Amino acid sequence: MKIPLVYNLRSIAHRPVSTAMTALGLALVVAVFVAMLALAGGFRATLARTGSPDNVVVLRRGATSEMESGVPRESARLIAADPRIASGADARPLVSPEVFVVINIPRAVGEGVNNVVARGVNDEAFAVRNIHLVAGRKFASGRSEIILGKKIVPRFAHTAIGDTLRFANRDWIVVGHFAAAGSALESEIWGENEQFMPVFRGEVFQSVIFRLRDPAAFDEVKRALEGDQRLQVQAQRESAFYAGQSTVLTRILTFLAIMITSVMAVGAVFGAVNTMYAAVSSRTPEIAVLLTLGFAPRSVLASFLSESVAIALLGGVAGGLLALPINGIVTSTTNWNSFSEVAFAFRVTPGLLVGGVIFAVVMGLVGGFFPAWRAARLQVVQALR
Amino acid sequence: MALVEVRNVHKSFQRDSQVIEVFENLTLDIAAGSFTALMGPSGSGKSTFLNLLAGLDRPTSGTITVAGAAVNTMSPSALAKWRARHIGFVFQSYNLLPVLTAAQNVELPLLLAPLSKKERAERVRIALGVVGLEDRMVHYPRQLSGGQEQRVAIARAIVSDPTLTLLDEPTGQLDKKSAQEVLTLLQRLNDEFHKTIIVVTHDAHAAEKAKQVLHLDKGVLAA
Repeated sequence: MKIPLVYNLRSIAHRPVSTAMTALGLALVVAVFVAMLALAGGFRATLARTGSPDNVVVLRRGATSEMESGVPRESARLIAADPRIASGADARPLVSPEVFVVINIPRAVGEGVNNVVARGVNDEAFAVRNIHLVAGRKFASGRSEIILGKKIVPRFAHTAIGDTLRFANRDWIVVGHFAAAGSALESEIWGENEQFMPVFRGEVFQSVIFRLRDPAAFDEVKRALEGDQRLQVQAQRESAFYAGQSTVLTRILTFLAIMITSVMAVGAVFGAVNTMYAAVSSRTPEIAVLLTLGFAPRSVLASFLSESVAIALLGGVAGGLLALPINGIVTSTTNWNSFSEVAFAFRVTPGLLVGGVIFAVVMGLVGGFFPAWRAARLQVVQALR
Repeated sequence: MALVEVRNVHKSFQRDSQVIEVFENLTLDIAAGSFTALMGPSGSGKSTFLNLLAGLDRPTSGTITVAGAAVNTMSPSALAKWRARHIGFVFQSYNLLPVLTAAQNVELPLLLAPLSKKERAERVRIALGVVGLEDRMVHYPRQLSGGQEQRVAIARAIVSDPTLTLLDEPTGQLDKKSAQEVLTLLQRLNDEFHKTIIVVTHDAHAAEKAKQVLHLDKGVLAA
């Protein structure tokens, strides 16, 4: 039978200051751990949300991003003629040959400029990408008009409707703001592809995006497009394309999260070790009594480990609560595939909070083990003197 | 057959380069149902003797048998189980767990026995009743007087109905009145409940309550 947990819980309550300090140390580590993974998770979720499994992205064969891709107008026309492409309400194929270029525009706050994506699209892009306007109107065909993703608006200058943004040696009038379900597209500037094409990269699109009539037909479509020697293209599901774009930065952020919190964890574990050694030391007679009563050394080990874990649980929960307010806070980073800014929100998920608590418990187990081991190996006769 | 059989026990300690001999060739029998007081000056080995009987320490040589079990040959885990079943131990400084109530302290040994919660509660109530503290079940040690604490410690020692109850200077920290209460209680446990009791004491008055008094001096026993 185990030593009752109430003994440990009351012992913890008996020394509130050292318990609170240890729990706080663990809480800070958990808060940083959760915050950094929330950053990585938010970025990954934003890019994952950008791509739909029903859509196909076609790039030049061998291109790893839209930046280095080029799809000639004739190829785009041939792709658009594929009968497996879904049709919109007006019976036109839901396909958007797109111009993709990175420009820099002035930030709203402070000096300097930032890279953002300028994407030239056609009318079908709105249906293909599930874009809807939140203010203003669409850009008109044949005019130097643009609409802005809603996450750009507060972050850059001259983004109000009616303002003029200057890039590619032309003035572009902002006529609308759009939303894209929180995806990375909300960090882009959209204009008509036929207007962007001549001022940026000449008579070539960077990608062709289309909606599949039957999403299950993707493999068949991919084979057909990639097997057509006239096209020299590659096809990917849009969801996989954007998930792939998030991989590098997500890995870096996750690696940093683990590195930084590991270093911090060492300090917190030492705190737990110190607290538990002090607990064992001050309760030596109590441990001797438990052993004298017939509790096995492994029961004493389990008892002190559970005490350490209880403190860690306290720290884990506090760390989660500390990290919770950052959920939804919008920040931005550079998409390393396009070298443009992507705004996204920290994403503190229940899974991440549970992960933080588990991390705290592991720290508690590691920090509590040696003191608990010492308690279990106590020589009763010496302890009673 | 005696409940406790001590045969040719030799116990020595190593302190730095010095070997300290505590007992040499100690032989002793203690009958079931007896109340034995072990007296002797400080450093005579009284507490060491008690520790050996409880299996908390091992003799350098010789054998100790309690209720037919050779205590000196058991493994630590077997000793822990054996102690839970056969030994009740009372310390000079009570050694109650300060964060547990009187009832929870008394319940501790029962957690090692296959008893239901209800059975444990009933036994705790009876044990605290025997020591006259039934009304102090939910009190913490800090809320009790020294005498009350020691009576709770005695309740903890007898609650699992052990074969042998060992007390190490149980009145050493008590005032005269409290000490008298504890000694009367021990006498009652022996008379009414036929508990086998061995008490180590400095106090001649305490020893008077015992049915048998042994004197230990420089490792040698005398009746």
